Amino acid sequence: MTDTATSAVSLDEVRHVAELANVELTAEELPRMARDLNAVLGYIAELNELNTDGVEPMAQASDVLGLSVAQHGETLRPDAVAPSVDRAAVMAEAPESDGRFFKVPKVIER
Amino acid sequence: MTFAPHTELETLSLATARARVQAGTTTAASLAEQHYERIAAIDAPESSVGLNSYLALTKDRAFAQAEKIDAAAKAGNALGPLAGVPIGIKDVLTMTGAPATAGSKILAGYHPPYDATSVRKLEAAGAVLLGKLNCDEFAMGSSNENSAYGPVKNPRALDRVPGGSSGGSAAAVAAGLCVGSLGTDTGGSIRQPAAFCDVVGVLPTYGRVSRYGLIAFASSLDRVGPFARSVADAATLLEVLAGPDPLDATASEQPVAAYGEELAKPVSGMRIGVPEEYFGEGLDPEIRAAVEKSLDDLRAAGCTVEKVSLPHTRYAVPTYYVIATAEASSNLSRFDGVRFGLRAPESNTLAAMFRNSRDEGFGAEVKRRILLGTYALSAGYYDAYYKKAQQVRRLLAQDFLAAFDKVDALVCPVTPTPAFKLGEKTDDPLKMYLEDIYSVAASLAGICGMSVPCGYTGAQLPIGVQVLARPFNESAMLRVGAAIEAARR
Repeated sequence: MTDTATSAVSLDEVRHVAELANVELTAEELPRMARDLNAVLGYIAELNELNTDGVEPMAQASDVLGLSVAQHGETLRPDAVAPSVDRAAVMAEAPESDGRFFKVPKVIER
Repeated sequence: MTFAPHTELETLSLATARARVQAGTTTAASLAEQHYERIAAIDAPESSVGLNSYLALTKDRAFAQAEKIDAAAKAGNALGPLAGVPIGIKDVLTMTGAPATAGSKILAGYHPPYDATSVRKLEAAGAVLLGKLNCDEFAMGSSNENSAYGPVKNPRALDRVPGGSSGGSAAAVAAGLCVGSLGTDTGGSIRQPAAFCDVVGVLPTYGRVSRYGLIAFASSLDRVGPFARSVADAATLLEVLAGPDPLDATASEQPVAAYGEELAKPVSGMRIGVPEEYFGEGLDPEIRAAVEKSLDDLRAAGCTVEKVSLPHTRYAVPTYYVIATAEASSNLSRFDGVRFGLRAPESNTLAAMFRNSRDEGFGAEVKRRILLGTYALSAGYYDAYYKKAQQVRRLLAQDFLAAFDKVDALVCPVTPTPAFKLGEKTDDPLKMYLEDIYSVAASLAGICGMSVPCGYTGAQLPIGVQVLARPFNESAMLRVGAAIEAARR
């Protein structure tokens, strides 16, 4: 089988995807994850049985339901100043903060 | 099976609870107190039964609200439609004064600084909010076993799962630990646990109920809806919850019907469709028989019943697991240890902190779905998976719309099997995903649906029947559900 949607995912590919997703996998987790992904992707490959040429992708339920969900900004609320969530309450939930900014480890290695 | 102590709380209706508070024959505070006593007796992990449906109790907020309601009742003021009614909230919705965990360790310690719109609406209608209910981590699961805070037991069979992801919301209503509750449904997470736990669960049309304050899983699918012990109670809750919200652009302006009053209309003359694809191989024979009995009841009530076809049904689960995981991989990127919840200690760089926090914070199923979604969206695979799934999604939606040209509602099973044993499917994700076979298509299409109790297996496990209706025609759906319920009384 040459179709990309039916070829098996290698351990290297799982490692790569984990890196893209910022997810750490232990040495034990990696083969298990590869096995599970392949099982699910194998099942998903059944979609290839269907001819979908010319079918418009459906990203949202709204267009099929005949709803207008602010396609062109026509139902946006007025741009008026109103109270929002209290900043102090938001910052208090951060693992590390000086009350104004979120604090994180250094971003650039020297 | 059920368990002692049996109390009136297990059958108390929303209307009765409210009427007693209004009349002064009980107080909102006393109702809340009785529920908290029962929670301590059978729900707390260290209690005799240990159902584990509540993750947090919001007693201060509940009693402050109860006091307000009781004062208004004493003064003879007109009370809201949920006055004094004890309600539980699935822990993926934000509520000030309570932690919000989404069933995940990554949000441990997080106290959201704002209320979800659905939470605010319930309280404005007089509801007394008892606490936060257990669920699968980030609402990903069909058994509640993916909660980082332990599984919930099914109150009707303690060795079995309550379903998921809104397992706590269904179990608490079934066990008399609240009169109604809020759940969320992305691929069946309200309807399936409702069926497993013997209660009513409503999936409103996409856009019917605001999602502001819902911790997002898959934004084109996520919906908020009520659990209750009767269709009438569910209708009352939906009427309170439904409507537009300036804080959620996807909440629709479509007018909200008086769902409670709509229930009084007879179903005679309504056209019911039976999708043949929902009665194929793999359907438990006892569930088939119970659903067919409900169809007989609808015929007896004057409905016409005809077969319809939803030809793309078998592609619904694979379509769902591409779209839901793709959206999840994007939504869950916000959990990075910066703004809320858990931060892994001793991370020297930003990248290491992201990684370590997500590694410690996320459970196995959440990681699996993030990776699956990231893979489906990654360069070279986007067209083969994500675009393909979006195309099939349209075909699935068109199946429903074509059926609704001919019939007013569809009636079918919610699940292929009754509640399964705790631990039975945890080792095989694909097996667990196939639990969703009858529920995900309606989620993808955006139509409304509900699960109504319709019988028991020989082993006394609850069976639910699913009613699906046109977008924003919750009235028709609820009427059919009420007719099924009435025939069993």
